[in-house]
Amino acid sequence: MLALWRNLAVPTQRVLTGGLALIFLVPLVWAAVASVAPQPGTAQTEGWGLDNYARLAGYQAGLTRYILNSLLISGMTVVFTLVVSLFGGYAFAMFSFRGKNVLFITTLAILMVPYATLLIPLYVLLNGLGLQDSLIGLALVLTMFQLPFATFMMRISFESVPRELAESAYVDGCGTFQALTRVLVPAVKPGLITVGLFAFLAAWNDFIAPLILINNPDKVPLPLAVANIRGQVMGVVDYGATEAGVVVLAVPCIILFLILQRHYVRGFMSGALKG
Amino acid sequence: MTAPVEDGRTAVQPSIRGPAASDPAAKRWRAPRRRISHRNQGWIYAAPTALFVTVFFIVPVLLVVQMSLSDWSLFAGNRGFNAPENYVDAVRTRLFWPAVGFTVKYTVITTVILIGVALGMALLVQEASRWNSLLRTAFLVPSALGLAAASLLFYALYAPSGPFAGLLALVGFGNGSVSLLGTPNSALWSTVAVIVWRFAGFYMLLLLVGLQGIPADVYEAARVDGAGRWQIFRHVTLPLLKSSLALCTILCVTGSLLAFEQFYILTRGGPDNTTVTIVQLVYNVAFQGRNDLGVAAALSLVVLLGLIIINAAQLRALRDKER
Repeated sequence: MLALWRNLAVPTQRVLTGGLALIFLVPLVWAAVASVAPQPGTAQTEGWGLDNYARLAGYQAGLTRYILNSLLISGMTVVFTLVVSLFGGYAFAMFSFRGKNVLFITTLAILMVPYATLLIPLYVLLNGLGLQDSLIGLALVLTMFQLPFATFMMRISFESVPRELAESAYVDGCGTFQALTRVLVPAVKPGLITVGLFAFLAAWNDFIAPLILINNPDKVPLPLAVANIRGQVMGVVDYGATEAGVVVLAVPCIILFLILQRHYVRGFMSGALKG
Repeated sequence: MTAPVEDGRTAVQPSIRGPAASDPAAKRWRAPRRRISHRNQGWIYAAPTALFVTVFFIVPVLLVVQMSLSDWSLFAGNRGFNAPENYVDAVRTRLFWPAVGFTVKYTVITTVILIGVALGMALLVQEASRWNSLLRTAFLVPSALGLAAASLLFYALYAPSGPFAGLLALVGFGNGSVSLLGTPNSALWSTVAVIVWRFAGFYMLLLLVGLQGIPADVYEAARVDGAGRWQIFRHVTLPLLKSSLALCTILCVTGSLLAFEQFYILTRGGPDNTTVTIVQLVYNVAFQGRNDLGVAAALSLVVLLGLIIINAAQLRALRDKER
């Protein structure tokens, strides 16, 4: 097989590998095209146009409402994750304190416990804290799920900063907090971008946590709203609105991915190397 | 004047200081205030992490254990200790064994296909070139999508009026309006296809990291010894890639055993409950119909236990092979 492959001419190889790449891209292109194409049983029955998006925009609480919910959840998750993991990574990399290893390993242990196992008690716990049906409660839970990766990432980011940099800041009379904000934050910026990107994508795309934690239909994020729209019109699935919803869901992720591809790849790689 | 610098170091390893350090007066003289505060400041910076981990991880883990031992319904809340009733109920739930069987079958199929495809793709694009980096990007784009968005996309692709049904009709299957999610087997394979599409690039990336860790002179030595390409792959690449492959396998097995979104969106467990996974069962017991959080908690702890056993077995198999 391998020898056979090497014997193929370069153009033939390119056609075959290009075809393979198309398999990965075509479904996305198809969704975009189908969402504006005429199709019976959808809002867009004749001619090309944006009627599917119009139906999506007018669905129940309205598309803008769901996008706003998703943006709020993702924004809060990104901010919480960045703050907690910036301080946590600093503590784990630069300080020695009692219980440090226990806390670090416990943070990583979050990865080992299945999502569903934690969401059932979290549903009860958030009710107890008065955070039921709230976007903040959901963002706090999503932040917790991000912490293993984020803390790990920020710890290795701080550890790869030359020690002299922090020490020279202390010599110059900086406190540990000033050293962090003035000297170290710029040095760990790539790590922060990776952590922020992953937190955003995870929160924007999450499905099962809001499914369990959010009951109020006006507060659901976009993925849940799009999944709900399918069976709304007298039990008949509206594929046009579904396709439009997929496009709205996918476009921000793909744009972010293409802009920050290098960070995305590095995030996986650092996790892979050490994990 | 080296005291402050040394001070930063001793904050990490206080025990390396000489006897002078144990003298309180000498300690104060050597700018100790910062050293002492440095040590305590570690906890200040770690406090947000500790708070999050305690409130949203440790407390829920303890709570789920308590729930699994109590009569705990969705609406009435805790109605007291009833162990081991929930565990007995969980295992006796009508769909428990079918769900376990289906989840394991799905996990084996997905893992074999996904790792195989990802390995092939990684070998294909491992050499650095502009074309290969374009290919890598194309393979990776689907992994930017959420699993829910990917499932919704394929739900539309699989529609009876959708393009896949049309393609199947072209090659002679069906009349152009078959439902790809209509039979147990086609529903299973259609879901596997979504997962391969969504995750192949991700696992390719993990395997590329492993491939790039293999030094070029190892290949050179094998070639000098007269090894063919297949022999090099079989006896050089695969053994040296083993830890990356093991990582991929553990991630893929864990992810597949906990499958939920793809089936919730694509099949809703149908047709006839043939594609209910174990996490779906947990969700259904807790929030759909039965509304019994106690039994759901017990079920999810059984899942956690199974997961720990399976991952421990995988790690042990890996270690035994290395010996």
